[in-house]
Amino acid sequence: MQIFGLYNYWIVIILMMIGLYVVIASGNLIKKIVGLNIFQTSVFILYISIGKLQGGTAPILVEGVTSYSNPLPHVLILTAIVVGVATTALGLALAVRIYGAYDSIEEDEIQKQDATS
Amino acid sequence: MIRAQLPVLQVVIPLLAGPVCLLLHHSRLSWGLATSASWVALFISLALLDQVLITGPISYELGGWAAPWGIEYRIDEINAFVLLIISGINAITISFARASIEHEVNEKRGHIVYTGWMLYLSGLLGIAITGDVFNVFVFLEISSLSSYLLISLNRDRRALTAAFRYLVMGTIGATFILIGIALLYMMTGTLNMADLAARILSVSDTRTVKIAFAFLTAGIGLKAAVFPMHFWLPNAYAYAPSAISALFAGTATKVAIYLLLRFFFTIYGVEFSFETMKLDRILLPLALAGIFVASTIAIFETDVKRMLGYSSIAQIGYMVLGVSLVSVTGVTAAILHLFNHALMKAALFLALGCVFFRVGSVTRGDLAGLGYAMPWTMGAFVLGGLSLVGIPLTVGFISKWYLIVAALDQQMWWLAVLVLISSLLALVYVWQVIEVAYFGTAGDRSVKIKEAPAALLIPTWILIIANIYFGIDTSLTVGVAGRAAQALLGTAS
Repeated sequence: MQIFGLYNYWIVIILMMIGLYVVIASGNLIKKIVGLNIFQTSVFILYISIGKLQGGTAPILVEGVTSYSNPLPHVLILTAIVVGVATTALGLALAVRIYGAYDSIEEDEIQKQDATS
Repeated sequence: MIRAQLPVLQVVIPLLAGPVCLLLHHSRLSWGLATSASWVALFISLALLDQVLITGPISYELGGWAAPWGIEYRIDEINAFVLLIISGINAITISFARASIEHEVNEKRGHIVYTGWMLYLSGLLGIAITGDVFNVFVFLEISSLSSYLLISLNRDRRALTAAFRYLVMGTIGATFILIGIALLYMMTGTLNMADLAARILSVSDTRTVKIAFAFLTAGIGLKAAVFPMHFWLPNAYAYAPSAISALFAGTATKVAIYLLLRFFFTIYGVEFSFETMKLDRILLPLALAGIFVASTIAIFETDVKRMLGYSSIAQIGYMVLGVSLVSVTGVTAAILHLFNHALMKAALFLALGCVFFRVGSVTRGDLAGLGYAMPWTMGAFVLGGLSLVGIPLTVGFISKWYLIVAALDQQMWWLAVLVLISSLLALVYVWQVIEVAYFGTAGDRSVKIKEAPAALLIPTWILIIANIYFGIDTSLTVGVAGRAAQALLGTAS
């Protein structure tokens, strides 16, 4: 079946929706960062799936092997993974500073404090 | 010899200056280094623009790897112009920054400001200069991550939540662009912009390419703060330190508009973007809604920095409006407004930086009587505000003129009328500030307010004079914008 043969793309879509939902629906800053992470991870899987060739091996010249997976998307996504780590680190650092300043990481609580001050 | 290396030096100099600023660990020294690097970057972009105007597009192969495989830096009229806008606004605002940042940011963190500043600059210059779509994503994230840092450095705790919100929105936007790039690569097998443009024609009726188009539109729209994806912008501008607000107002969204032009005109091509996908029919209503909604909110906003933030959203609407007309005059108007809006908005934010330096607040009520206490500062604000409204002899007039001509060219007289009406809204919110500053009665202040120091006034007035100069002598701006628009629409003669 064509539809199940592409199961990794289904996983990408499901993870992407879960991630976006958590970012939008959750008021907790840490949960928002977790959601953002899941969202980004889905894109990593998308890139890795693009490069995979059915029956292909790692792109190393070996005798008797004629089909190779495309290494370029895999290399690209390494860069994006680094970006994702940096974003998470910065987001968590901001959450720590926000906790220090507001004594809370709940969005509605923070908005309440901003409205009254 | 060195001339051939200018494209890469444009990005590498600020990129190296950033970490050195961190190592220097001294606020003033870092500022000195960052300022010199910024002015060098400005001269490089002037040299590049000069070269492009004489010899045509420049192509630079990074590491000597030939184009579709290696990363190519490709500079034509439009990116040379965008490079000039970014490095020009950056050089002026960083010259302004020393006194202002010392006043607004914890002194132990001074060197971090300039580290983030330089990384931000190299990210923006990289987006503008590169000819490789994945490189665009990498530079986009470099500039975005450093901009979250820069916002969060303000003493006001609301800056932290503004930075966090911007981080969430910005990451979603950048990831959408990343998905778009993945889908394009899937169909074409290339990341080079020129190569993509050539190969996309044969696969342009596949669903993958159309979905990529949708992701790119949403992602770039978020980054450009096109209405209704603008919610991160007002707080990010309002709670960043003053010099940083001016920097963002002059550069951040401009680069996103450049990406919009690059992706939809150069890569996808006019025919696909505007005839197959009918992007203009989405952009036009969004632009108009953005102009009117954001201008109306600006009228009711009492924090003047937030007011200017909403005004920026409206001004982005004018740029998108120009793009959505899909004519040479319309795109010329959009590119002109990139330059002109950078000049006027950066000048206004710098004037507010002067106010904040002396008064410690930029709420409208606190500006009462400042017209007499700080005549040079408020004089700059008045001229910048008039430019925002679009009074003749200022740059704002030139942008609006071209926009109206472009609308009339297509027999859309109602659009020209709407642009004129929206200018009146701008007049209302600018006038409210002027009225308070000149005719409001100052309450009993405990200390007498003095005029801002020359170190702050000189950069502000350089921008104000530029606002008037380019409003009178338009040969450079209109000439370059016109050539860039012709190149984008493929009608170069």
